[in-house]
Amino acid sequence: MIDVAAAADRLWEAIRTRRSIAPLTDEHPGLTVDDAYEIQDAVVARYADSGAPVTALKLGLTSRAKQTQMGVDEPLYGWLTASMALDVGEELDTDALIQPRAEPEIAFLIGRDLDDPATTAADVLAATTAVAPAVDVLDSRFAGYRFTLPDVAADNSSAGRYLVGGRLSPPDVLDLRVLGCAFWKNGELVATATGAASLDHPAAAVAWAVRKLASRGQGLAAGRWVLSGALTAAVPLAAGDHVLVEFDRIGSVGLRAR
Amino acid sequence: MTPDERAALLHGALVDRVPIPPFTDADPAMTPDDGYAVQLRLVERLLAEGDEIVGYKLGLTSKPMQEMFGVDEPDYGPVLGSMTADSGTELPMGRFIQPKAEAEIALLLGETLEGPGVTLLDAARAVTHAVAAIEVVDSRIEDWRIRLPDTIADLASCGTVVLGGHPVAIDDWEPRLVGMVVTKNGETMGTGAGAAALGDPLRAVAWLANTLAPHGVALEAGRFVMTGSLHAAFDVRADDVVRADFDRLGSVTVRFV
Repeated sequence: MIDVAAAADRLWEAIRTRRSIAPLTDEHPGLTVDDAYEIQDAVVARYADSGAPVTALKLGLTSRAKQTQMGVDEPLYGWLTASMALDVGEELDTDALIQPRAEPEIAFLIGRDLDDPATTAADVLAATTAVAPAVDVLDSRFAGYRFTLPDVAADNSSAGRYLVGGRLSPPDVLDLRVLGCAFWKNGELVATATGAASLDHPAAAVAWAVRKLASRGQGLAAGRWVLSGALTAAVPLAAGDHVLVEFDRIGSVGLRAR
Repeated sequence: MTPDERAALLHGALVDRVPIPPFTDADPAMTPDDGYAVQLRLVERLLAEGDEIVGYKLGLTSKPMQEMFGVDEPDYGPVLGSMTADSGTELPMGRFIQPKAEAEIALLLGETLEGPGVTLLDAARAVTHAVAAIEVVDSRIEDWRIRLPDTIADLASCGTVVLGGHPVAIDDWEPRLVGMVVTKNGETMGTGAGAAALGDPLRAVAWLANTLAPHGVALEAGRFVMTGSLHAAFDVRADDVVRADFDRLGSVTVRFV
């Protein structure tokens, strides 16, 4: 049985000092996903203690291809905090992170508390006030992004920074499943996708997270943002790089790194 | 081997559904232009049998595919009337040798476009409608063991173009950002947006008009252009149902029997 507080301390130290560590499972091969979420809770508590409360939820491993690659059949969640939020026009300070990577996502603004263990995608959409283009900046605390599912769950789903674009769209007239997205890095097309790249529908990914939270006696509070899962593979971000997440119908958001 | 002899071999493979070895095995020096010369002879044979050119297709329009073939531009071939089918129909597997499916945006020309010098804006003004489409690609070359000149000669590996029946006027939206989800038997096989095709499906049309110009060929009003796959192609077998759902354009579906 892993010492939850000690594992959280190691991760928090890596976050604070920007120095990567070896996967927890190297030393604790029996680490379970349930234990990993306990460690995650402890890491998130350290953010709160440092004055950075939770502002948003993020989904990880929502691509079927990525799940197959990692040999798992469920996604992950992690918490984003006030200290991770970037504003529109703000540059990403790469020195503040270990090994940042960017992904294009659809962000949901949740309008009412969601904690029902039977929550579905349709319930999530009914509770969503707005959607917006977003950039999720990953920053695994494990060297070279080498990790197993319990490692990355403990590491708060590699949460690093996040940016929600400056245009909100009501979700009711959108079909997020087929909503087109083009992801650019330094003016070159990285990939295209639609919302279906996240668990067949981004609202289904959010619903999964609500059910998972409910199973752990937690929930999603009104006013929270949710980053609903990567629509393409992540790209590394170094000083001088810029990425653009461009959607049909709901606009775009760009991020520059320094 | 002359272009005519190569065209005869491909014609035989098309008719008999028996693939042939790649031309580039015996002739590694074969060029893309040599490939187009064979394609021209092959199309002449098919037209002489009463077929007609109804549209064009582009291939190798995505960066990953261009990198795989070591090229920095796409290729093209004509689509013949005998190589089209309506959405919702059944396609016998006997039509093909080794088919794969790709979902694409088909663009319809309302006005004739003639290169050279066709710009993106020219293409946007000539193209009036977009249609949801699936291209069933197929290769008359053994095991898809193709180099660029082989696939060019082989009608750019076109099998059958499945077109939806609902052309949508392009007014206040961009084909570039239109999203698409393709499923096989209900399972999501890929997602993408128009930009996957040369950065913009309209750019594919402009490229084609300019590429046809030196041959004295115009893109005539009424023709369609298959602008390139929006995802990685996947194999299909008998009983598979492939369906592509597009934002703004609706769906197109085909069943293999």
